[in-house]
Formats: sequence, structure tokens, C-alpha cells
Amino acid sequence: MSSIKIEISQNTRSKIEEICKSYNYEQGELINVLHKTQEYLGYLPAEAQEVIAKEMNIPTAKVYGVVSFYSFFTMIPKGRFPISICMGTACYVRGAEKILDEFKNQLGLSVGETAPDGLFSLASLRCVGACGLAPVVLVGDKVYGRLATDDVKDIIAEFKNSADVI
Amino acid sequence: MDQVKLTIDKREVVVPKGTTILKAADSIGIHIPTLCYFELKGMNITNKPGGCRICVVEVEGRRNLAPACVTEVMEGMVVKTNSVRVYNARRTVLELILSDHPSDCLVCAKSGECELQDLAIRFGVREIPFQGEMSTYQLETSSSIIRDNNKCIMCRRCELVCNEFQTVGALSAVDRGFQAVVTTAFNQKMSHSPCTFCGQCVAVCPVGALTEVDNTPRVIRAIANEKKTVVVQVAPAVRVALGEEFGMKPGSIVTGKLTTALRELGFDYVFDTDWSADLTIMEEGTELIDRLTRHLNGDKTVKLPLLTSCCPAWVNFFEHNFPDLKEIPSTAKSPQQMFGAIAKTYFADKIGVKREDLVVVSVMPCLAKKYECAREEFIIDGNPDVDFSITTRELAHLIKQANLDFETLEETPFDSPLGESTGAGVIFGTTGGVIEAACRTAVEILTEKPLDRIDFVELRGLEGIRSATIDVNGFPLKIGIAHGLSNARKLLEQIQKGESDFHAIEVMACPGGCINGGGQPLNHGNAEIIKARWEAIYQVDKNLPIRKSHENQSVQTLYKEFLGEPCGHKAHELLHTHYFDKQKVIEIKVD
Repeated sequence: MSSIKIEISQNTRSKIEEICKSYNYEQGELINVLHKTQEYLGYLPAEAQEVIAKEMNIPTAKVYGVVSFYSFFTMIPKGRFPISICMGTACYVRGAEKILDEFKNQLGLSVGETAPDGLFSLASLRCVGACGLAPVVLVGDKVYGRLATDDVKDIIAEFKNSADVI
Repeated sequence: MDQVKLTIDKREVVVPKGTTILKAADSIGIHIPTLCYFELKGMNITNKPGGCRICVVEVEGRRNLAPACVTEVMEGMVVKTNSVRVYNARRTVLELILSDHPSDCLVCAKSGECELQDLAIRFGVREIPFQGEMSTYQLETSSSIIRDNNKCIMCRRCELVCNEFQTVGALSAVDRGFQAVVTTAFNQKMSHSPCTFCGQCVAVCPVGALTEVDNTPRVIRAIANEKKTVVVQVAPAVRVALGEEFGMKPGSIVTGKLTTALRELGFDYVFDTDWSADLTIMEEGTELIDRLTRHLNGDKTVKLPLLTSCCPAWVNFFEHNFPDLKEIPSTAKSPQQMFGAIAKTYFADKIGVKREDLVVVSVMPCLAKKYECAREEFIIDGNPDVDFSITTRELAHLIKQANLDFETLEETPFDSPLGESTGAGVIFGTTGGVIEAACRTAVEILTEKPLDRIDFVELRGLEGIRSATIDVNGFPLKIGIAHGLSNARKLLEQIQKGESDFHAIEVMACPGGCINGGGQPLNHGNAEIIKARWEAIYQVDKNLPIRKSHENQSVQTLYKEFLGEPCGHKAHELLHTHYFDKQKVIEIKVD
């Protein structure tokens, strides 16, 4: 009857502890703590939630309840090149859905998924405030505007090549 | 207090300010239907998320219907609880809930006790007009509890008792919208969660989403097997609750009918857990006396307060949450496990049956007892000390299956020798009882003279945390009592901070103790039922000729013939245990 072990790297653990401390371990700050942790790790793995639960003295089930409730939080690591397709009104009426479908087909991924090789992940988001460029796609920090479905394969190739170079 | 006058269904009612429409209506005999709402009066349990909307009523001047369970009354309010608009809204709400609820009522474990089924009957629902997506969750089974989230209606009662009343935190509402459900962290198995298996979630679940593991088929198989000798032990709280399952009034004492029923069912020996409760007092009481004596002699290493260890959910709780204190609870096994250990050694030898041919069944008011039977340290070479534990509810099912007319059964006594018990053993079934039983023995032994009173009424009651000081030849023996794990947590935190001056603390996980355990007939929020069982327990105690554990002759014979001294070598081997650190360990991963 041994206890359950959770493994986490020293860096991650120290960082999470630091974040919890910066919010004074206040239980009401859980969302902010999760936000900062996701900013650091890119996602919120179960192990990270366990550490947060312990530090903040909140049941793990409750932490998971919050993480699973808000669509912003994710337990799936993002790809090295996270692709976000704007589905805001302007982009939508200018064919964002077709662009999204093209990315889905080319990458074989659904929204919210990450490719097994960790290169790409696919997400949709609401208005990035560049409606003049609709339809808009973000890959990491890079913005692509006025896209047509034909552009999709070029964008994917561009990042695949840059990955090969590195 | 300010009073508010309002009109409900054309009747005037005056209630204190802050009262909800639901309660105001209730006070004049208008019973508005509810589903998610749950209250256990005096136990600090009230669930009113206002989520299900079954209790909606019409309030004049308001555009929307108001949920009666969370809407407070206002001066001059005019409420209609039975207008056509209300009927239609309630019916639609119910039909929508039913549209994502399996219709397998015929074979559902909660059938007949289900509050959703009750509503469907009350509303006369004959078809479900909405057809849409249905939930598809996997069934999850542990040693005690089965979770079927397909039946969850998101009333969140279980979440409330698990988090607020028990502070266990195993369950939480997760996800959103149609996917929203109450579950464990990361949907892990309950055995991977801090669940204590207290079963209070099962006790409050209005539907079949949370039910107990049914061990009755295994019990029937054991009885049918001619090679096996099957022994049954019955916990104290069962005898004051089982009658309810047969329409008898709460608090009916059915000890004699219960034993007859068990014989009719085919058990070879019908014994009493009260007997091993007396044995527990011999061990735990001796331990208390030993720790106290050492403490009084100035031994600084002695661990005080002594915590009782009869309640397996409580044991789980401190193993998960306070492993740093795991040396202070009594090492005495629970009465269920002491019974098993003695039955499979002393008694098996006495009747010349091999350990593997003796089956020990326990009837318990509890779900954690099922888990306790399965703990590794209580299993010898694959053979558990207690083979199967069934609840009061499961026993009622067995009796009904056997065509027994329970109410008219003759009354018979328990078998000898593991069926003789005292009043001290009986009161184990309620909060305060274990420590009162321990006091009856410890005080008499410490003062070396017969008690001038047997009833330690200062230890009795249903408040969540109680304390009392008992005079032992001038020494003030300080006793703490908690029921409900949130209350236990408070006492444990005091110990951690070094602020506790108690010498002994009794803890039971369930509100009221075992009388309201997770395996008892469901109370459906009626606290009067718990009160009636509570009174009945003390009545059983009062009616018994012997009321002190150390005067149990059969237990004394056991020591003479078999065990030797209380807390002696053999007693330690068979009747004591140790505890584990079950807190999750966060380890650093080496890359």
C-alpha cells in the first residue's frame, strides 16, 4: 500500500512554487496561477496541477475542474509551431472555415490537437483585431493575412523547412 | 427577528426574513417538488445550487419563474406554486433531464429509492419527447463504490458532502456544458484519489449515479457451498435501522428479528460485531490506560491524544491528509477486523474448521468497511479475515428475496460465543459511543472501584464537535469527539499546531456516526430518522444487563483460553495494525 508518486522536473516544480508564492497562495488566485503556469509550460499537465493543488491547498479535483472548465486552459502540449486560425466574424465571412479545413486535411489534426512529432498544433481563436487582413492565421508570433486555401501548403512547408534547417 | 408576510397559493403565511419560498411553502403544507436541493438539518449540510429548476414557482410581477429553493421571501410577495405555467416549466425541465438519463429503471440499484423516478411518477410522465445526444461514460468500480456518470444529473450533492462536509476533495464538477460531470481529478480511479470510501456521496445521490458494490451474490454463493461454514457478524447500527427497509418506523429495534432472518438465510453462525466492539475496548482501553499512566509518570515520549481507529473512512482520511500524525491513533483494529481475525483462528479451531473453509460475512452500515476487508494487511495468504461485507440495504434485499416477512419474524438471540455483548458494544454505532464505552472501562480500571454511573451523558449528542472532561480520581481526563471529517480535520489541525489538550479523541466519518453510515437505509434529508436511530442505540444499551466491555464474560474467556493479556503478544499479533502514508509524493524527475 504505497503512496502514489508524481514525477516532475526540478525546474518546473521550482517555477510553479514561485508562481504560487507570488500570488501569496491565495485560493481565489487559482485562475491566475494556472494562467501563469500555462504561460511558462505551454500547457497544464496533470503533474503541474498536482503541484499547484498541493501548494495552494486546493483539492486536485477542484484544480482539474477549473482547468477543464475554461477553454483557454489546455492539458495538451502545443506544437513547436502552434497554428491558430481566427474564426472571428470578419475572418469567418471571408472563408476562415475553408482555411481551417485545409489545415486539418494537410496536417491530419483536429482543433485542439498536436501532431505526434510535436511540430504543429492546431487551434481556433476569436478575433485577433486584424480584420482588415481577414482571413488571418497565426503561426507562433507570425501573422499571415488575406489567405487563400492554396497558401496553406506553403505555410506548412515553410515551417517544416525551417525545422529541418535547425 | 423581522417577519415577512406573503401569499402562497392564495394562502397567507408569515415567516422570518431570509426564509426561502420553498421553506415558507413547506411550513403551510405546500410541498414544492425539488431534486438537486438537499438538507440534513442540524448536520450543517445544505445543498442548494439552484441548478435543476424543478422547484420553479411563479412570483407575481417577475418576468421569469423563480427557483423556490434559493429565492428568499419578500414582504407582500404573491407566489403561485401550481399554475399551468409552472406545471409546464417543471415538466419540460424534468423531460429534458430524462432525455439524457438511461431508462433502465427496472434494473437500477436505486430503483424505488430514486428521487428522479419519484418525480417522474409524481408528474405522471409517460413519454420523453426530447431525443438528443446521450452521455457515454465508462462505469467505474472500486471495492466500495460504483460510479455511473451516465446517470449523473449534476445536482452536485456528492460534491458538496465530499468537499464541504468531509473536506476530502475527491470529487469535483469538471468540464462544461453537455460534458459537465462530477468526477475525480483527471477522471482517475477512486483508488487513485483521496476518496475515503465513507459513502456519504452514495447516501445523498438522488439517482443511481453513485451506488454501493453489491456483494450479495457472493454471499449467496458462499452459503450455497456445502464445503463452507459461513459466519456472519452484525454491526451495532444495523439493528436500529434495518426495520425501515420493511416499513417499520425509524428507530425500531429489530435485533431479534435480524438474527432470525440471518439464520433463515442459511448462515451457520449468527454473531455480533458488538462482541468484538467489547474486545476493541479491551485493547483500545488498555492502550489508553497505558498511555495515560506513562504520561502521568512524566514520560515525554508518549503520544497523546489517543485517536480512535474503528472507522475505516477516518483511517483513510488521516492516512491521506495527516500522515505525520499516523503514530497517534490507537493501533487497535476495528471491531469488524478483530472479529474476522478471531473467527478465523480461535473460533475456527474451536469448531474444527480450516481457515480457508470458514467464510466471514459482515453486515455493516458502511461502505468503507468493504474497502477495509480488502486492505492487504488484513489478508493472510490470499484469504481475508473478513471475506465479504454487505450493507444494511443489501441485507434488506437478501431478506426480501428469501420471502421472509420481516416484521412478523420471531425474536432469537445471537449464537455463542462470539455473540455475547454488552451495552458498551452497542453504542459504538453512534458518535460519542466508542469513547463512552472506552471510558466505562478505563475509568473503572484506573480508579479501581465500580463506576457510580454508567451513562456518560456529557459525551452524547449530535453536535459536530464536542468535548467533555471526566474526573478520574481527581485527574481531569479530557475527551474530544468529532463526526464528519471536516470536524475531525479541525481537531487534527489543533494537534499539529500543538494546541490540543485532549487525552483522547473519537472520530467517526459520517454525520451522526455509523447510525447514518453510507450503507444505511437512505434518509432522503430527514434528520428525524437519524435522531430516532440515535435514541434507539442508547435504548438498546439501557436494556442490556451488562453494559461494560470488561464484564463481557465471553471476551474474558477468550483472553484466558487464547489471547493472554490485553495488548499482550498474541493480542498484538491478531488485534492490532499499523497505518500508511498515502499522501501523494511529488518526486523530482531526473532527465
